[in-house]
Amino acid sequence: MNAFEAEGLVKRFGKTTALAGIDLAARQGSVLAVLGPNGAGKTTAVRILATLLRADAGSATVGGLDVVRHAARVRRLIGLTGQYASVDEDLTGRENLVLIARLLDLPGNQAKQRAAELLTEFGLDAAADRRCKTYSGGMRRRLDLAASLVGRPDVIFLDEPTTGLDPAKREDVWTIVRDLVEDGVTVLLTTQYLEEADALADDISVIDHGKVIAHGSPAQLKRIVGGQTALVRPADPERLPEAESILARLSGRRPERPGRGVVTVPVDGDAAFAEIVAALAASGITAAELSLHLPSLDEVFFTLTGQREAAA
Amino acid sequence: MTLTVHKQAPARLQPRPFALVRHSLALAGRSVTKTLRTPEQLLDVTVQPLMFLVIFVFLLGGAVSGSTGAYLQLVLPAMLVQVMLIAAMATGVNLSTDIDKGVFDRFRALPIGRSAPLLGSVLGDVIRYVVATASMLGFGTLLGFRAQTGLLGVLAACLLTMFFAFCVSWVFVLFGMVARTPGAVQGLSFLVIFPLTFGTSMTAPKGTMPGWLQVWLNVNPVERVMDASRALMLGGPAGGPVLASLAWALGIVAVFAPLAVRAYRRRA
Repeated sequence: MNAFEAEGLVKRFGKTTALAGIDLAARQGSVLAVLGPNGAGKTTAVRILATLLRADAGSATVGGLDVVRHAARVRRLIGLTGQYASVDEDLTGRENLVLIARLLDLPGNQAKQRAAELLTEFGLDAAADRRCKTYSGGMRRRLDLAASLVGRPDVIFLDEPTTGLDPAKREDVWTIVRDLVEDGVTVLLTTQYLEEADALADDISVIDHGKVIAHGSPAQLKRIVGGQTALVRPADPERLPEAESILARLSGRRPERPGRGVVTVPVDGDAAFAEIVAALAASGITAAELSLHLPSLDEVFFTLTGQREAAA
Repeated sequence: MTLTVHKQAPARLQPRPFALVRHSLALAGRSVTKTLRTPEQLLDVTVQPLMFLVIFVFLLGGAVSGSTGAYLQLVLPAMLVQVMLIAAMATGVNLSTDIDKGVFDRFRALPIGRSAPLLGSVLGDVIRYVVATASMLGFGTLLGFRAQTGLLGVLAACLLTMFFAFCVSWVFVLFGMVARTPGAVQGLSFLVIFPLTFGTSMTAPKGTMPGWLQVWLNVNPVERVMDASRALMLGGPAGGPVLASLAWALGIVAVFAPLAVRAYRRRA
């Protein structure tokens, strides 16, 4: 059974169409990543599934319950972490969690106990009794996540949980998501990074202008968008053309120059990258930067829609 | 980082009775904590009433009542009502600021009554009325105000005034839901507060006013509350004005609370 399901969701705000009929679904205990640029409709879709917003057309269920007709029961099943860490700045971390526990009808001592549990699990013990306005971005995000877990939800909606976090903090959030899934929770995660979707999701829905433009497992999607990209920045900018011709020869594709002194080309696997490294070394080109990465959202969209400005 | 967040079997939370009351009170507690932690938000109910009192008593006291002492007796019970209404106004402004922050989204995604966050804020702001009353009466006493009816009368005047302000605060909550910015809420609220509180016998005897203004005083509900407050603190027949005040308060809350809740749901 699907833990949540959305069918043909349409939402308009005045003349803007935020959602133009999208379908989303995730099996129980899986992670669905909704990948798309700002304004694609990710947040709108999450808000409809989380009962905060009503769709103009289409339907959505969580745990088999309609999000409009059984909103109150759906709210007992879900946890929500918004795009901007939604903790109360004037309250301490502990007070934030206790309040939510009280609102979930936990009796006083259980509410305190649950808050203490979560504070420890999210590494916030030392800061528990400080006001949240003194928290760093990463701490707020952790508290926000903790807040959405107070009621032990079956389904968690994470709306861009790592936007604005530095890479180390991002890894922390990823670890939390993986642990949740291990415990059987179903996660809907919105993100602007293919890398994040690839790291966490069982399935990815790519959305743009309120429509799903691609759906599949990370492996399927990567096959469509051309796998990985090798990037070379020669230490000596004069040797860029040489590096470019090496990349062209080894990959059989036309390299691009996305920035000053940098050349990139899609490659088919790690082996191809090793060949590039060897070839560069053989011609005596030292690289200031040499990396292999997944396509950026921009590149994904270029491949899927043929429009470079889609993700701008 | 290791997590055992879900290892226990999820204790499915069962709804308990009186949920709306309990949730509203929990949220009111939040609001009170916030208010007490940001004392600058209390300026309008601490420093401002004192300023009003000083300005009116020393500026107009001699001219209107012959002495500042006599004028203070007359103006304080009425000004208590004005100060309380200004305190109530802040509820709408604060809510307008609060709602656009993510924390209200979280409340709305919880299995609690849709109006609980709204009720919580309105109830929590009762703390502001208490602070306003204390600073008004405290400073007034320092200046020489003496109630003529005893503690019970003063207490009754304060409770009546607070209850009235609480009911009227739903008007400002409605503004908070309808107007787009906190600034607009404040502007709109002052448009209502000024004629209601200054268009009274607060600062000058009714008999000195032109006829059309006396007509306004006769229909102005705030005038009834000021009458009641004076009668309860200074003596005189209090029954009529008290009943009229209570009737108005209940009428206002019966009309505006549902409107405010509806506007809030629509905005949500």
